Amino acid sequence: MMDRSDVVEDRGLDWLAGDGPDHEVVLSTRVRLARNLQGFPFAIRAGVEDRRQVLDRARTALESSEALAQPELLVMESLEPGDRRLLLERHLVSRDLIGHRDEDAPPGAALVMEGRRALGLMVNEEDHLRLQTLLNGLQLTRAWQEVDRLDEELGRRLPYAFHHEFGFLTSCPTNVGTGLRASVLIHLPGLVLTKEIRKVLQGISQVGLTYRGLYGEGSEVVGNFFQISNQTTLGKTEEELIDHLATIVGQVIQYEKQARAILLREAPTVLEDKVGRAYGILSHAHSLPFDEMMNLISGLRLGLTLKLLRTPRVETLNRVMIFGQTAHLERTAGRSLDEADSDVHRAAFVRRALAEDEEAARTSRSGGEAPAGSDGEDER
Amino acid sequence: MRCDNCGEREAEIHLTQIVDNELTTLHLCSECAGEKGVPTQVGLGSAPLTDFLAQMGKGSSESTLALEGEACPYCGTTAADFRRTGRLGCSHCWAHFESKLRSLLRRIHGSTQHVGKLYLSEVDEEAGPDAHIGTLRRRLERAIELEDFETAADLRDRIRELESVE
Repeated sequence: MMDRSDVVEDRGLDWLAGDGPDHEVVLSTRVRLARNLQGFPFAIRAGVEDRRQVLDRARTALESSEALAQPELLVMESLEPGDRRLLLERHLVSRDLIGHRDEDAPPGAALVMEGRRALGLMVNEEDHLRLQTLLNGLQLTRAWQEVDRLDEELGRRLPYAFHHEFGFLTSCPTNVGTGLRASVLIHLPGLVLTKEIRKVLQGISQVGLTYRGLYGEGSEVVGNFFQISNQTTLGKTEEELIDHLATIVGQVIQYEKQARAILLREAPTVLEDKVGRAYGILSHAHSLPFDEMMNLISGLRLGLTLKLLRTPRVETLNRVMIFGQTAHLERTAGRSLDEADSDVHRAAFVRRALAEDEEAARTSRSGGEAPAGSDGEDER
Repeated sequence: MRCDNCGEREAEIHLTQIVDNELTTLHLCSECAGEKGVPTQVGLGSAPLTDFLAQMGKGSSESTLALEGEACPYCGTTAADFRRTGRLGCSHCWAHFESKLRSLLRRIHGSTQHVGKLYLSEVDEEAGPDAHIGTLRRRLERAIELEDFETAADLRDRIRELESVE
């Protein structure tokens, strides 16, 4: 397996294409499995030597892996702080994995993945191994199967901590049993605008699921993006947990689509105004805080699915959500940016991205090809 | 964050309610929550881990005292450590704090029994063949479902080996 410390550039961005199942409402699907190795204390009690040995074991187990073609090992200590933050902004690593201080990463912490695909694992996070994948749109079963396959392989090569009653043992009792957390990143502007969202969220928490904002535990909801995931991990099979989440998310998607249809029928002017203003600000602002950008992108995304807008492409919006974050802007600028600078760079980046899509749409229209805003990419 | 009710103690319970179609969140300390009759022990939405940890710290009941005294013999984690961090120190902690954890698991997950994937380590295999043939067969079925034929062939050979011993 290659040890890569130089290339983070395009890692794990496959899902940005924005063409997955139910992409009008669901951005991405994530599944992770928590696993620990026998004979080593959990992270909270592990010494530096324990952590290095866990990493060595994982590295050896992944040699000639079949579940992961050409896995790459990114050791956090060997990465620049900027690279670590890029991975964090792409949701490929957690804050715990890269550490809470910018200068130095926790010893032995690593991310294993294969190129642009986000299938892989975090090593030495809260648990020794956190197998994970991230897919485009709503693909819970496939995400589970990918991770399950990797788990089967690693389980043959590594001694997992397993208890006949409690199942796969984890550091936190909320993860024990299957160690499975499946979550769906979902965009619900229709339910927010029609004020139905509270009812829906309340319903979600009554059926063993939980929700939170875009950036993990305790984070605020921005841009009408919610992460819905299973709350319990013990007492049900992995398939039951996955199916249950898929069923409920399916219902939420239906509610959201109904809400959008009602808005379009009952208040088309309000909707068009909202979408148009969002486009106006994003395409002309010269200073753009991140939260404001996310809220406006929510409007554009809604406008696109309701065919109120022809551009930009969904993929561009996904890209802006990732590359419009501070570490990504700093990478492009080649220097560190304070908050005010970030807002200026973000605004310039978004203006350019929207202008490029407009230009592409104009070109394809004058060339007599597909109509503007639907150059084939979005239609798949 | 201070308790919304007494304004003195640290708020530990965050109760989100919908009253007259308005979403309100109350931040309460465990004492005030108790007085107000907030159900802190039922349902999945009530942060059972926090409640449990708070309870472990409270008191003078015998079981709590016994638990306070003994650290996990393998990693040295104490009940106080667990209360502070919400994290166990090693796989042996699960056996050491077993009975307390069982009641916690019931509240978090509504169950204590894992029914998902089975794991059969090489070490366990030495314990005796009979107990494991059933497990191996289940894994074989799953491997076939997943079209993971390499694992399936592996498992089939192991089952044959065990059967020939009988």
